[in-house]
Amino acid sequence: MIGRGKPLLQGHILSTLEIKNLSVNYAGSNGQNTLALSNVNLIMNTGDFVVALGASGCGKTTLLSCIAGFMQPSEGTITLDGKPVHGPGAERGVVFQKHALMPWLSVVENVEFGLKMRGVSKAERHSIALDKLKLVELEKYAHYPIYQISGGMQQRAGVARALASDPAVMLMDEPLGALDALTRAHIQDLIVELWWQTKKMFFFITHSVEEALFLATDLIVMTPSPGRIEHRFKLDFSHQFIECKDSRKVKASPEFISMREKVLSLIHDGQAEGEA
Amino acid sequence: MANKSEVKTVKGYSIPGEGSSVLISAITVVALFVLWWAATHLGWIKDLFLPTPERIYNAFISAMKGDIQGGKALPEHLTWSLIRVFSAFFLAVLTAVPVGILMGVSRTMRGIFDPPIEFYRPLPPLAYLPLIVIWFGIDETAKIILIYLACFAPLAMAARAGVKSVTIEQINAAYSMGASKAQVVWHVIVPAALPEILTGMRIAIGFGWTTLVAAEMVAATEGLGQMVLNASNFLRTDIVIMGIIVIGVVAYLFDLLMRKVESMLVPWKGRA
Ligand SMILES: Nc1ncnc2c1ncn2[C@@H]1O[C@H](COP(=O)(O)OP(=O)(O)O)[C@@H](O)[C@H]1O
Ligand SMILES: [Mg+2]
Repeated sequence: MIGRGKPLLQGHILSTLEIKNLSVNYAGSNGQNTLALSNVNLIMNTGDFVVALGASGCGKTTLLSCIAGFMQPSEGTITLDGKPVHGPGAERGVVFQKHALMPWLSVVENVEFGLKMRGVSKAERHSIALDKLKLVELEKYAHYPIYQISGGMQQRAGVARALASDPAVMLMDEPLGALDALTRAHIQDLIVELWWQTKKMFFFITHSVEEALFLATDLIVMTPSPGRIEHRFKLDFSHQFIECKDSRKVKASPEFISMREKVLSLIHDGQAEGEA
Repeated sequence: MANKSEVKTVKGYSIPGEGSSVLISAITVVALFVLWWAATHLGWIKDLFLPTPERIYNAFISAMKGDIQGGKALPEHLTWSLIRVFSAFFLAVLTAVPVGILMGVSRTMRGIFDPPIEFYRPLPPLAYLPLIVIWFGIDETAKIILIYLACFAPLAMAARAGVKSVTIEQINAAYSMGASKAQVVWHVIVPAALPEILTGMRIAIGFGWTTLVAAEMVAATEGLGQMVLNASNFLRTDIVIMGIIVIGVVAYLFDLLMRKVESMLVPWKGRA
């Protein structure tokens, strides 16, 4: 097989994100607690594309919120390059499923937002923002209002916005979940290209098996009650795409199809067990 | 592309009450006007109770020239009324909007401001006008404070409710781009609340205007309310009706102005 390995790292700082014994127990209103995550361990490095796959309610968003710093876990630690994560920070960019852009700002102003908050000069942040918009093929729409671009474009703007802070980690919570299948496939290709070009660490949530297999270098399959990582796989379909630039060919290969069936049956068995 | 096909066109699904009602409204207005004209010219109603449209027009012309009781011209009355309502309104916007935002984002502020605002908000302003006159006298201060209070509550409530229009994703996104808490309030929560704040401003200016006219009837030597009251003392029904029409037209113009401001400042309202 061709193209194995990590994206080339030219002069980039190598980062490591380490999650140790992470547990989250939500307090319920009627004394019924939810153990959303139980003893999760995960190590990610720059260049890894980690995809968390699992049915609704298995704790994917909870895991991402802990990494992003939106919430504190009940137990366990998260460190980025040895420093414990406390609260949100610009070194961890987040892309949400929806409702996260600011409709009172134009596309490019949305991308500039974080830089503006951190006092980067107008000219500099504008040129950085246009750069990131180019990466997501949105430079022609830079001055459009948010409410005049399509859902797919909005998600690409969200990706550009997260990239603008040049984060060490990109956190994405079902960013393509609300899009139609064709747009979704197109943006999947774009995300793989972005990962390859930016050489960043990605943590991506989805409940689509096909999407997970196509994007991931490291796939974690999660199961609910309590939420935990049940299976881990090393994959290289994204490398194959980088080589051939033909995602349909990659997704139609016998290797991809047999992997898909395998993961589907794992998830299916996991659910049957959970319901039994 | 124009569709020149011969196939008969059909309507899609429709909901009750759909379609423009402008034509029907225009017909209603014309019908009322004709009825007025007929009632006065055919002697159905005495002139004292309802003068003819022409007399109202003449009253307007003489009022413009100052040819009415009190000797002050209509523009002078109007100017006084506008100065009062706008000075009170702007003071209210400057104070009520920050208070409302703070009530939306801070438990402490909500705890402090909720009782006084909720207590006085349902009171009709004319109920506490006598108290304000005792405290501040009968001059401009009292009227401006009264209108200020009338505008304050709806503005603060609107700003407070507007804070809820922000999504948790927008806030979290701002934090993970490195924004501070103050920046989140100023650059995310305030703009997100702006559509509701503008709706509140529209309501507040309406409240302010009704309160003003009522206050001028109680205590003033000039202003539209005073002009109408004075005319009624002399049984000048023509000037009374003319004054009422002017008051109504000004209120309508306020609303048009606010809608214009809204479409300029929040073109994204309801679309995001
Ligand atoms: N704020 C919360 N309070 C209480 N329970 C929650 C909260 N957020 C999520 N949960 C529960 O935790 C579990 C995992 O949720 P979540 O992380 O959103 O899963 P996923 O993103 O995989 O769908 C679910 O059972 C959900 O109901
Ligand atoms: Mg989720």
